[in-house]
Amino acid sequence: MSIVIDSVSKRFGEFTALDDVSLEVRDGSLTALLGPSGGGKSTLLRVIAGLETPDSGRVDIAGEDATQKPPQRRNVGFVFQHYAAFKHMTVAKNVAFGLTIRKRPKDEIDARVDELLKLVHLDGFAHRYPSQLSGGQRQRMALARALAVQPRVLLLDEPFGALDATVRKELRAWLRRLHDEVHVTTVFVTHDQEEAMEVAEQIVVLNEGRIEQVGTPRISTSSRRTTSSWASWGR
Amino acid sequence: MKSKYALRFLALGYLALLLGVPVVLVFVNAFQDGIGAAWDAVTTPEAQHAFWLTFVMVAVAVPLNTIFGILAALAIVRQRFRGRALLNAMVDLPFAVSPVVVGLALLLVYGRRDGWVGGWFADHGIQIIFSTPGMILATMFVSLPFVVREVIPVLREIGTEQEQAASTLGAGPFQTFLRVTLPAIRWGVGYGVVLTTARALGEFGAVSVVSGKLSGQTETATLFVENRFQRFDETGAYAAAVVLALLALVTLLAMNVIKPKEAQG
Repeated sequence: MSIVIDSVSKRFGEFTALDDVSLEVRDGSLTALLGPSGGGKSTLLRVIAGLETPDSGRVDIAGEDATQKPPQRRNVGFVFQHYAAFKHMTVAKNVAFGLTIRKRPKDEIDARVDELLKLVHLDGFAHRYPSQLSGGQRQRMALARALAVQPRVLLLDEPFGALDATVRKELRAWLRRLHDEVHVTTVFVTHDQEEAMEVAEQIVVLNEGRIEQVGTPRISTSSRRTTSSWASWGR
Repeated sequence: MKSKYALRFLALGYLALLLGVPVVLVFVNAFQDGIGAAWDAVTTPEAQHAFWLTFVMVAVAVPLNTIFGILAALAIVRQRFRGRALLNAMVDLPFAVSPVVVGLALLLVYGRRDGWVGGWFADHGIQIIFSTPGMILATMFVSLPFVVREVIPVLREIGTEQEQAASTLGAGPFQTFLRVTLPAIRWGVGYGVVLTTARALGEFGAVSVVSGKLSGQTETATLFVENRFQRFDETGAYAAAVVLALLALVTLLAMNVIKPKEAQG
């Protein structure tokens, strides 16, 4: 499902997080929001999810105006940097959460949880608690939890930021493959240029609350030759 | 090595002198005339009524203060509003103010003749002071802060990400509270409930002022202990004190029995 962001602005007190941002994310695409911390990329993602309400502007998801909808009625999957695992629930209960809320029959939930745990290579961990998992495993659990409700869009906020380099690389490649399999419209936030290049089909550079550049990794790679830091690359 | 034992000796000795010895002596004195005499002393109609009244205090004050405590903690931690700091400070008031003052303050508000709203209640046939409602109010006042104070740090620690995750997964605010927030803070709530119960069981000063101390009518267990003691019925006083101590002990043990079994982290 496509996402259309139309002239969205958001301020936190004196700080302008988003300054008249417009962007279109195509149905089924994989988009990276790239930029320095405080550049507005996480705020934009949270506005799409409904976790922040924009001061002005409009957000359409799948052709519907979602600007005033609370997060629970947007049907988006959201993955947090620090996993946001429900610590008091087993892995299976975590993944099943959205389906339990939707009061699906137990057989259906069990089958779907099984299927998703296989997809994220956590079959066999169903009855563990999040505290018994590694960081990478927790993040895969969070991803399965977000995918369980078949969201219209999948949003990931620095999903690999808290993981060590090897695991990050692994999960990156794995996210890329997952997207090829599942085809859900995906937007992820990163401050790592390499990560954006490797995973995304479209890269959006945000700095000081404004979109500085929208491009594809192919073009971006050629410009990377001249400058190494994303900041100068963005201009 | 020696200093290690010295530290232990100091800590244990301090506890023994301050807590252990007096409590043991209460038990000893309760049973000085035998178990039968102690049993008879706490099963008189007055004693039974006193324990019943204490039970009523706990049964009303603890649930109400638990609900209020959770709501107040949520408001203080999760919301930004004018008066938030004031609310936060007000919650500590029962810690700071002497229970006797609390009792006198309740007289000023609910007293039948000179009370601020007492006359109105009296006209409608409701007696608050020198009656159960006033005693419940006094108990609620003094036991109010515990749940709030136990829950606030836990709420701060868990943060809001789990709640946000729940909302993106389709949970409304109430479902999020029941399924995510409440389970995450349950040990804080549990400990707050234990402390509230212990305080409600043991409250003397504030209840004493508003009760009128009518034996068999407005006498809670603590007031009963004092009454017996004033009448030189030592067995009655100490035996009732033992029952109170055992009730408090059971409350603390109950907490330890239901402690978390699953992994935390």
